[in-house]
Amino acid sequence: MPYLGSEDVVKELKKALCNPHIQADRLRYRNVIQRVIRMSKLDQWGQAEVLNFLLRYQPRSEEELFDILNLLDSFLKSSSPGVVMGATKLFLILAKKFPHVQTDVLVRVKGPLLAACSSESRELCFVALCHVRQILHSLPGHFSSHYKKFFCSYSEPHYIKLQKVEVLCELVNDENVQQVLEELRGYCTDVSADFAQAAIFAIGGIARTYTDQCVQILTELLGLRQEHITTVVVQTFRDLVWLCPQCTEAVCQALPGCEENIQDSEGKQALIWLLGVHGERIPNAPYVLEDFVENVKSETFPAVKMELLTALLRLFLSRPAECQDMLGRLLYYCIEEEKDMAVRDRGLFYYRLLLVGIDEVKRILCSPKSDPTLGLLEDPAERPVNSWASDFNTLVPVYGKAHWATISKCQGAERCGPELPKTSSFAASGPLIPEENKERVQELPDSGALMLVPNRQLTADYFEKTWLSLKVAHQQVLPWRGEFQPDTLQMALQVVNIQTIAMSRAGSRPWKAYLSAQDDTGCLFLTELLLEPGNSEMQISVKQNEARTEMLNSFISVLETVIGTIEEIKS
Amino acid sequence: MISQFFILSSKGDPLIYKDFRGDSGGRDVAELFYRKLTGLPGDESPVVMHHDGRHFIHIRHSSLYLVVTTSENVSPFSLLELLSRLATLLGDYCGSLGEGTISRNVALVYELLDEVLDYGYVQTTSTEMLRNFIQTEAVVSKPFSLFDLSSVGLFGAETQQSKVAPSSAASRPVLSSRSDQSQKNEVFLDVVERLSVLIASNGSLLKVDVQGEIRLKSFLPSGSEMRIGLTEEFCVGKSELRGYGPGIRVDEVSFHSSVNLDEFESHRILRLQPPQGELTVMRYQLSDDLPSPLPFRLFPSVQWDRGSGRLQVYLKLRCDLPSKSQALNVRLHLPLPRGVVSLSQELSSPEQKAELADGALRWDLPQVQGGSQLSGLFQMDVPGPPGPPSHGLSTSASPLGLGPASLSFELPRHTCSGLQVRFLRLAFRPCGNANPHKWVRHLSHSDAYVIRI
Repeated sequence: MPYLGSEDVVKELKKALCNPHIQADRLRYRNVIQRVIRMSKLDQWGQAEVLNFLLRYQPRSEEELFDILNLLDSFLKSSSPGVVMGATKLFLILAKKFPHVQTDVLVRVKGPLLAACSSESRELCFVALCHVRQILHSLPGHFSSHYKKFFCSYSEPHYIKLQKVEVLCELVNDENVQQVLEELRGYCTDVSADFAQAAIFAIGGIARTYTDQCVQILTELLGLRQEHITTVVVQTFRDLVWLCPQCTEAVCQALPGCEENIQDSEGKQALIWLLGVHGERIPNAPYVLEDFVENVKSETFPAVKMELLTALLRLFLSRPAECQDMLGRLLYYCIEEEKDMAVRDRGLFYYRLLLVGIDEVKRILCSPKSDPTLGLLEDPAERPVNSWASDFNTLVPVYGKAHWATISKCQGAERCGPELPKTSSFAASGPLIPEENKERVQELPDSGALMLVPNRQLTADYFEKTWLSLKVAHQQVLPWRGEFQPDTLQMALQVVNIQTIAMSRAGSRPWKAYLSAQDDTGCLFLTELLLEPGNSEMQISVKQNEARTEMLNSFISVLETVIGTIEEIKS
Repeated sequence: MISQFFILSSKGDPLIYKDFRGDSGGRDVAELFYRKLTGLPGDESPVVMHHDGRHFIHIRHSSLYLVVTTSENVSPFSLLELLSRLATLLGDYCGSLGEGTISRNVALVYELLDEVLDYGYVQTTSTEMLRNFIQTEAVVSKPFSLFDLSSVGLFGAETQQSKVAPSSAASRPVLSSRSDQSQKNEVFLDVVERLSVLIASNGSLLKVDVQGEIRLKSFLPSGSEMRIGLTEEFCVGKSELRGYGPGIRVDEVSFHSSVNLDEFESHRILRLQPPQGELTVMRYQLSDDLPSPLPFRLFPSVQWDRGSGRLQVYLKLRCDLPSKSQALNVRLHLPLPRGVVSLSQELSSPEQKAELADGALRWDLPQVQGGSQLSGLFQMDVPGPPGPPSHGLSTSASPLGLGPASLSFELPRHTCSGLQVRFLRLAFRPCGNANPHKWVRHLSHSDAYVIRI
């Protein structure tokens, strides 16, 4: 039991959390919560625990919510970073319906976060940087005026520098773009190749919005003729040309000469792609490709050969005279002598395509491309604070979402169950608001009015015909959470004499089930249960073949009870 | 919450291992951690690692690794705070935190861990509360004695003794031997500022940042009230104005929760009743607006002959401190282009030392007086193909890899922000012993003073 203070305090808490009478009585429960919040003698660990456990509390009214926020306000100014971050997370989650409150809290936490980013402790610095990046996903302009704090210092470890470069890339705006680009330009010539490459990719990221300046810088970097720099610059150009077609001219002018400095697979692929797609603007494109074709036998990377095939074919369409001969040679090599089957298949495919006719080739290789400006750049408004608020102040931002997903998949087998925020203390089960459904579960459905006949199975055809011919008599939505076993539901329904005609497999989305029931007067009830992906609700549609409202209502209540019970059992 | 805690030496030898919950692995988890740490690719962060359902979070403190494992998704800030607090606590109890002190005090460390953490939950880290439970005493390598001063001359020893204490004076165990009343009652107050500066190649200042802390280490019996008076013209934030001059300004300030701020508004006095041990009383930050000029300016001049590969770097370092102050242990670190194996040097004064180490030039100046100017001329050969005729595109006249110069130094008796402690007064305790000694020290240091070439 975490140490929260004296014995009395602990008694209060135990009372609140384990006593169902208090839980059921809204007012008493709230009083205890208030007393917990007001405890003054907690040290920083106790405060952090209290904040953690309050995450599960759902205030009923807006007034209560702001009451709690006011009481917890002082925690935001604490000198302990754990408490400040815990309080921030709690505010973000409690105020999920009030985005302006969330923004306000994030403004207040700017100071402590920035102090942590410049802290002597590298570990704290790293964790704070990860959280800064998290915030920038939703509020990109949040730290823009403090960009100087994210300049890298020479003595910092590599992983911190990489994070800072990412942050710099994301907080760029009109006022600081000049200085940030200058700073990143300095990093591109850093001794460490990895860091230089990361800085160049960052400039590429900024180039989507500030294209001209960035292209200029990248072109200058090409002039240094350093292998590790040139290959990454060419890759960046390739990505940029796709998203910002307006810079194609500048890129094409910068390209000649790079081929001497690229040795690695990625760089070669990028260069070849650019030569193929925009070759008509680059005067010596055929000659560069000819070099590659001459050396194709000693080329070790099959991906490069694939790119070469496509690029040369494209270039052939715009400059046939210069490319015809070497295209022939390349195709011959790929079909007759190449050992990698994927390359050979592609060679064969292009050869056969050419046999069909040049128009066909043009139609296939040069058809209109999709508009790259749509959909590739994620709109920050679509990543609202609420999508990551529950991950704030946990290990998730530190690992990064992708890594965390793989970790939780490994642990997923043992820990299936609803995704409640993990609390370690006070092993209470389920959320803290007493579910209204709980009381209802205790009483048996009043079956006096409705008598469902057991074992009355309909055939699937009959069900379908009847279903399509009837109109929906009643539609309802029930809250739902997480995964469950359909077999359990099926058995439970069986108990109340509702038969299952068809049910989707567990875990499939959308999940559907079709149920039928018949009462002793011959009235049929057909039901569809629908669980959409991402929804936390189950949609119920009921059709009745005779219009009898009270029967319908009784049937609905039976159905609700069963579904409510299943939800309770598994949670 | 926490499953295990262990301490490893810098080579990975486990010094301490404690399992709180018995739910994951055994002692071999320490070896696993070290192997994972050393095998980590360069761009992944070692701070939080994951293996087999467990998360490993660690900090490095005085070349030791302090690691916790947990299987739940807990707050990283809290864990890191816990680890730093444990490091401080162990330092308080054993005198200082190091491989030697830990190995000598293993029983004490385990007892501390037992009291601080129960089944993986933090009970308390307050030195006060723990004092009542810890029975073991710390083992010190040699007894502390004020006569160990090496800077005390033979003559005038008496007067110097009362004014000077070696910097290791504070590193003795705080709570040892309760029965031994002859331990001197002392309190050490340090105002430590960390400076980080970035200067562009044309001399303009890109970034300056000062992080300051007022740290207190008290050997007095806890509960003694003390008052710390800061400079009266000390202003917080940009809009405040006190006194007649430009004042001493900081951007933000935060205090320890036990500090009483009643008199802070009016007279800039902090009141507190510190427990024994270490405590950070106040933290402050200042950026972009230092009242005093920056301590160092570097005037580099680089001449590179591409044809023969000969590189000549002339560095002139100017110290802009007031002439009575000095900078100690100044070290300039300049990365050199790849492939440089030897260099010739001409230094302006004999006690400086320059050498080539790890592909970088390291120029040590043990003491630099304020207002002085020191220079060094270094010549070396940069291998590599003779440079191509200049395209006119590359703007830098220096070879690739001649990196930014970074300086590290200490400035004793100097604070960059100008903040000073005016007084430190202790309330009179009737049962106290002879007048307790108060040591106040101001210090600025930097390990991130970067000047681009």
